[in-house]
Amino acid sequence: MANMVRRHTTSARLWRAGLYTLLIVAALVYLLPLVVMLLTSLKPLDDIRAGGLLSLPSTISFEAWSKAWGSACTGMRCNGMSGYFLNSIAIVVPAVAISSLVGALNGYVLTKWRFRGANLCFALLLFGCFVPFQVVLMPMARTLGWLGLASSTSGLVLVHVVYGIAFTTLFFRNYYVSIPDEMIAAAKLDGAGFWRIFWRILLPVSGPIITVTVIWQFTQIWNDFLFGVSFAGFDSQPVTVALNNMVNTSTGVKEYNVDMAAAMIAALPTLVVYVLAGKYFVRGLTAGSVKG
Amino acid sequence: MSALNVRHVNKTFGSTQVLKDISLAIDSGEFLILVGPSGCGKSTLMNTIAGLEPVTSGEIRIGDEDVTWHTPSERDIAMVFQSYALYPSMNVRQNISFGLEMRKMPKAQREEAVSRVAELLQITPLLDRKPSQLSGGQRQRVAMGRALAREPQIYLFDEPLSNLDAKLRVEMRTEIKKLHQRLGTTIVYVTHDQIEAMTLADRIAVMRDGEILQLGTPHEVYNDPVDMFVAGFMGSPSMNFLPVTLVSQASGYALQVHDEEQGGTALTLPWPAERDTQELSARVGDRLVLGLRPEHFLEDDAIQETSGEGTRLEVTATVVEPTGADTLLQAWLGGNEVTARLGPKSRVVAGDRVALRTDLSRAVLFDEKTQRRLA
Repeated sequence: MANMVRRHTTSARLWRAGLYTLLIVAALVYLLPLVVMLLTSLKPLDDIRAGGLLSLPSTISFEAWSKAWGSACTGMRCNGMSGYFLNSIAIVVPAVAISSLVGALNGYVLTKWRFRGANLCFALLLFGCFVPFQVVLMPMARTLGWLGLASSTSGLVLVHVVYGIAFTTLFFRNYYVSIPDEMIAAAKLDGAGFWRIFWRILLPVSGPIITVTVIWQFTQIWNDFLFGVSFAGFDSQPVTVALNNMVNTSTGVKEYNVDMAAAMIAALPTLVVYVLAGKYFVRGLTAGSVKG
Repeated sequence: MSALNVRHVNKTFGSTQVLKDISLAIDSGEFLILVGPSGCGKSTLMNTIAGLEPVTSGEIRIGDEDVTWHTPSERDIAMVFQSYALYPSMNVRQNISFGLEMRKMPKAQREEAVSRVAELLQITPLLDRKPSQLSGGQRQRVAMGRALAREPQIYLFDEPLSNLDAKLRVEMRTEIKKLHQRLGTTIVYVTHDQIEAMTLADRIAVMRDGEILQLGTPHEVYNDPVDMFVAGFMGSPSMNFLPVTLVSQASGYALQVHDEEQGGTALTLPWPAERDTQELSARVGDRLVLGLRPEHFLEDDAIQETSGEGTRLEVTATVVEPTGADTLLQAWLGGNEVTARLGPKSRVVAGDRVALRTDLSRAVLFDEKTQRRLA
């Protein structure tokens, strides 16, 4: 709020100076781990052994990054993170797309084609948001076995879709509640049916909430470790599991610079998504709260 | 043959009955207005006609077809909503042609229809804009254009003017009337605004608590209300209700207006002989309610040429509201506050003693208990 009348007494200024100092220090503290990671990943191994955590690298080298990407050892294999990175993409893209679409459909039905028990149905779906991952591990393993999807990418996609629907439904349902029913009534009178109304009327105005849902789901699924480590096969492990395997490999020299680079690589996509679409994320979360 | 026929329609939500045995028929080309206070069931009735809500029992016919269980798109109906309900992602052209596209009309014909209604409603320059770039009045026109493009058998208007400012509302009202006269469309129109009802309708259905109290022309509803509710609802300012006792005098019946403050009789008004009915003779001595519209009073000097007609009465003005076109006067008449509509030339100020005249040739009488019309 730039347009604000402030007090201009000396003590008020001192207060404000103190406040900003505190905020800046707090911001630096939160940034520090990232700075250490970045510095370490750019240092040669000798620098790390010799210097402190915060010392600047003597020469900047991207060797650790290329090793992390292409040739670092994760357990028995030494092909770097690249393959697992692609595994993660193969899991995230369909899982995000399917769970978002199903959430949108659920939200549409729960608000615009209300049926007896719609509220109960929504309440039960909401309950799904509060079920901890660990609770579903055993039953999910059995289910995937029955379905013949154990240790496969499709199996992991299914797990994430099932787990994500509770959240995506919540997002879309709350967004669609604010869309006037009269608009749907008008489309019905115009002769549009269930699917036409969804594709032609509702989805085109769902931009903000689609952004929120996609960011949320992308972050959740990309960062997931537990489902990945439990249900992935040898060839379908996501990047988070690979990172763990790499860092915990006990043979050979501990290469901190490679570990840090690998961690950065694993974290990068969610950061990029948030930086690119974060503006819409905040906008979407507050959409409808203020009348435009 | 009637264009729309509603027969014994009932609608209940849980344990509340929203529509109670509604029956009405509209001729082709007729403009019917459903009017009533909020919660009277008028919008529910409209939604059942549109097929947006199912009836609990009863029958709805459009033309000679029973459409009671047809979906909204199967009924040949278009609707204009209070919130306009335009599709925000489509421009005006797409909004208007969407319904035609859904009905599989070929593209060339659709474009023809769009330019026809755009010209009719003077929105041709707006065709490529999005609804968010339009003003309230323009959105209203587009919403009407969307309905007109389809050329349905029946148009439904659900409080279409409520979201417009006062000046625009009057303009659009006139325009809707012009459109109706030009196109001869069959319209059912819901409003809570009795002025809209009076000015637009061929016939008005006054509703309350899920029932149609009176169905008639604006003239009938205004001058011959069936009960005190209709009498009070139609007309602005509302009709004055005065507690009276019917007495029989040598010259005929008369009404003694009660003085609510001091007791006794404030004023005696002779009942015109030509309006005597059989029923009145049985009610001599009963307490009744006299309904007088504000325009049934005249300022005494204003009717010099006809002076002697009606009864002269003197009142003290409490509030004077000049509206420009005329002057509204509030005054105490035997403990009852009454409103009189005086001419624009009236120079009365609050506190003045004013001489008024009234005669009962157009007054109405109600039973105090049942509130039904007596004479």
